[in-house]
Amino acid sequence: MSPGTRILEVRQNVLKKNDLLARALRQRFRDAGVFVASMVSSPGSGKTTLLEKTLTLLRPEFRVAALVGDLATENDSLRLARSGAPVRQITTGTLCHLEAAMVETALEGWNLAGLDFLFIENVGNLVCPSSYDLGEDIRLVLMSVTEGEDKPLKYPTIFNSADVAVITKMDLAAAAEFDLAAACRNVEAVRPGMQVVKVSAKTGEGMDAWLDLFKSRRAAMKRA
Amino acid sequence: MHELSIAMSIVDLAQEESRSRGGLRINAVHLRLGALSGVVRDALLSSYEMACHDTPLAGSQLIIEDVPGMVYCPACAASRPVRTSEWFCCSVCGAVASRIVQGKELELVSLEVEE
Repeated sequence: MSPGTRILEVRQNVLKKNDLLARALRQRFRDAGVFVASMVSSPGSGKTTLLEKTLTLLRPEFRVAALVGDLATENDSLRLARSGAPVRQITTGTLCHLEAAMVETALEGWNLAGLDFLFIENVGNLVCPSSYDLGEDIRLVLMSVTEGEDKPLKYPTIFNSADVAVITKMDLAAAAEFDLAAACRNVEAVRPGMQVVKVSAKTGEGMDAWLDLFKSRRAAMKRA
Repeated sequence: MHELSIAMSIVDLAQEESRSRGGLRINAVHLRLGALSGVVRDALLSSYEMACHDTPLAGSQLIIEDVPGMVYCPACAASRPVRTSEWFCCSVCGAVASRIVQGKELELVSLEVEE
């Protein structure tokens, strides 16, 4: 330390603002009785396809909505809107992840109490979203069978920050020579005990278990 | 790469702190950075310079203290260092150990300010 200077103690989390906002959002979601799930993955892992199918299948029984983050274009929100559910696009410009403030802004004017489920699709990125709490009840990390079994080992931080791992495009598993046991071992290595769900949005394989995941977690939240 | 966003949050927080204490000139910012925080040290250092540009923190230094990752081993009932973030197990007995007790830090510890 150079002469003429002194130390001021701060001791604050750098992402304090985001964390506080996320906490407030979580409380708002809880008060409104809406269960919030966020999805993270690399680009092209099938988030939007799976989400479109999920919204469509949940809609007869539940009131669902989605927020979708991308750097640019409204393509994903247009695709998701085909499900009939209310959808809003968050375009981040050059930012590689969603932050709690963007979620808060995107929710403006929405009656949360009129929803059972809200899905938040993050920007396709397995690195940056891990640091930002969005106030979600559950964070899902997706990997598709075409990406290779070692995704969890390459991106341990995001797998460690998520609650459930989802293996997508299971209909292509044989063609991609996907080693499911190896993938599960790798998930277990970076996040021991993590639940793994296998789905194909295309064929419907595993979709019942996938939907049950949300229904049961929401029911548990309601009881709490 | 989200280090630029993180660096901008550091600059904002440092400015707020200095303003609330009378607008002191900041020469250096001390940060604790966890090995499991998902933030890359070198990328953060170069982003910091960019984030400081055109702010009262221009020319200030970011001083990083690395915090190693630690997990709790239920078998040993003790905290153990994580050798690699690819394998969350106890470095002593090898048991699975997933509860992170240290290493996610992204903490602005202190500011060096002019008297």
